[in-house]
Amino acid sequence: MKTTVRFVVALSSVVIALPASAALNVFACEPEWGALAQELGGDKVSIYSATTALQDPHRIEARPSLIARIRSADLLICSGSELEIGWIPLLLTQSGNPRIQLGSPGYFEASQYVVKLEIPKVIDRALGDLHPGGNPHVHTDPRNIAKIAAVLMERMAQLDPANADSYRSRGKSFLERWQAAIARWEQQAAPLKGVPMVVYHRDFSYFINWTGMREAGSLEPKPGIPPTPSHLAELIDQMKRAPAKVIVYSPYSNPQAAEFLSSRANIPAVMMPFTVGGTDRAKDLFGLFDDTIARLLGAVK
Amino acid sequence: MHRKATVTLAVAAAFGLPHAATAQTQDELRTLREQVRQLDRRVTDAEQAAIQASSRPTGENAMNPAVSVILNGIYSNLSQDPNAFRINGFVPTLGEVGPGVRGLSLGESELALAANIDHNFRGTLIASISPEDSIGVEEGYIQSLSLSYGFTVKAGRFFSGVGYQNQIHAHAWDFTDAPLANKVFLGSQLNEDGIQLKWVAPTDTYFDVGVEVGRGRQFPAAAGPAGPRNKNGVSSGTLFAHVGGDLGTGTAWQTGVSYLGTSPQDRSFEDPAGKTNSFTGQSRLWVLDGILKWAPNYNPTYTNLKLQGEYFRRKEDGDLTSGAAAQTGGFASAQSGWYLQSVYQFVPMWRVGYRYDRLNSGTASFSAPLNAADFPILAAYNPTRHTVMADWSPSEFSRVRLQFASDKSRSDVTDKQVFLQYIVSLGAHGAHKF
Repeated sequence: MKTTVRFVVALSSVVIALPASAALNVFACEPEWGALAQELGGDKVSIYSATTALQDPHRIEARPSLIARIRSADLLICSGSELEIGWIPLLLTQSGNPRIQLGSPGYFEASQYVVKLEIPKVIDRALGDLHPGGNPHVHTDPRNIAKIAAVLMERMAQLDPANADSYRSRGKSFLERWQAAIARWEQQAAPLKGVPMVVYHRDFSYFINWTGMREAGSLEPKPGIPPTPSHLAELIDQMKRAPAKVIVYSPYSNPQAAEFLSSRANIPAVMMPFTVGGTDRAKDLFGLFDDTIARLLGAVK
Repeated sequence: MHRKATVTLAVAAAFGLPHAATAQTQDELRTLREQVRQLDRRVTDAEQAAIQASSRPTGENAMNPAVSVILNGIYSNLSQDPNAFRINGFVPTLGEVGPGVRGLSLGESELALAANIDHNFRGTLIASISPEDSIGVEEGYIQSLSLSYGFTVKAGRFFSGVGYQNQIHAHAWDFTDAPLANKVFLGSQLNEDGIQLKWVAPTDTYFDVGVEVGRGRQFPAAAGPAGPRNKNGVSSGTLFAHVGGDLGTGTAWQTGVSYLGTSPQDRSFEDPAGKTNSFTGQSRLWVLDGILKWAPNYNPTYTNLKLQGEYFRRKEDGDLTSGAAAQTGGFASAQSGWYLQSVYQFVPMWRVGYRYDRLNSGTASFSAPLNAADFPILAAYNPTRHTVMADWSPSEFSRVRLQFASDKSRSDVTDKQVFLQYIVSLGAHGAHKF
């Protein structure tokens, strides 16, 4: 059996060109984790981001190309908290790759290492598409990224001991620059404190919590349910009584509802980068927060 | 606050040192108070975090498998009697190929349980509860988690990897019923008791190959009272291979080829005349399948398009026993069929679809003493069907569908079919195959 396996593997590597074999193959469920792994890994890692900023990470097809990539991954980094429940379990069972199965060191759920918000007290589908483990969009608070980076760096060192020193020194340098950036962002974002904001989906909760902004409503009537005319009408009424300062949406959501509310309630609608690659400026994690804060400041000033 | 402190200091300076000292103490006190307040907030936060961490369920039921239930109900309006349903030109499979009953009825309910068994295996049980109050095992299998090099093994009862549509559960179909080709070549849906070994290649372009061996419990290996063959070895074998990948910024594709080989023994079918015939010999089925899914930037939330098609070709040869003439003779046939369907989601929640089915009864040869006239169901006929549907899915967990079909499965009549159907899922969030 083993010789057969070896033979098949040897044969396939001759017949078919193998993907570039870097020390550590990282399969990132969302671009922010790909960007973080890149910061920590540098040239020691080869990163594949399964999704882009233009895709709704809740709704991804388990495409053949994703199975092909997860098959060769050494490390899987996902947000977790059931964000990827519609596609990752399927990819895992079809991967034939024990290194990244639940419980293996190569399986990394970022949201496990931070304090989660909005853990529902009542779990029922009538309340929309809830995440029983709490809101999974943890990366919108840079302090969470620092916590996750510290754990991820050690995980990468564990999986690729030959380059452990590199991960740790890169990680240390990243965390230093990141802490400095957080201090800068907190100063810049000071005017956002208390500013009421309408969101599309509850994907900016951690950002709101960090900056002290206030969520004044969401375009989705319930999590995961697209905006309805009646709900938008309610929001318009609500904006008349207590106007928000800004409406935000992600690159993957349809801007129509946000623009509609914006024109009716006369409140600026702003597309946030949401994740790395969401806008031209959000090229990496630093750019993501630079641009997010700049766009909000521009809208509410 | 700073300005206040500066003012206090200035005032204190104006009134002399003793006052300044008091002011300093008060200042310190204020700073201390602020620090205590911050500490208090941090303790509260930490407590909250601890509560969150401890709020996970504990106890015996914490390890319960994921449970989900599929419910569906249907209203059918059929212009022809469903009890007289047959697909002319093809051997009846004795599977659930008919359009169901007229009027309101409950469809098959599904109960699915799945969980990782340990670090090596995952287990899945999908039971179907028929509206006639019988319960059946649709799938019940274990699957390996810890094999390396892209290998996975499945054992138990599972939907065979032959073709594309066959592996998809009825609740996830884009139309109410199966394509005609699946009905005549696989008895609607083939679930085999057996073992599957699959290998995924270590390439950026998806490539898999797989093999299945099975008991041959269903058509085409067996049908009728004789049941599966009474033998120790395997009675059915399947080979399949798929290749797939991405094209541009929104198209994903997959195409596959599969082969199903069986050697049925006393596989019986009833002719409309009421006579039971039986077949013993070889049956070989080839399937080519292709699926293409498009969504702008691979984000299917708003709009997406799906194109799916399969081509089946089957050759059978062996001995046929005629119930009418009580004689056995040689029989050989080469038949084919295909369908092409497309489903388009034009706005969130709403989809429309069209499907075209065509079967070709091909050639059938009967050697003496058999006479083609003794097998009226096998008389040459090429069934066709047009189907259109529209469905509305207010959430990922519910769907309401309206479907019209013009079905020429029967050589003498056209069945105009209307289906109004709901399909909902309760419980654990299922994931659907590509």
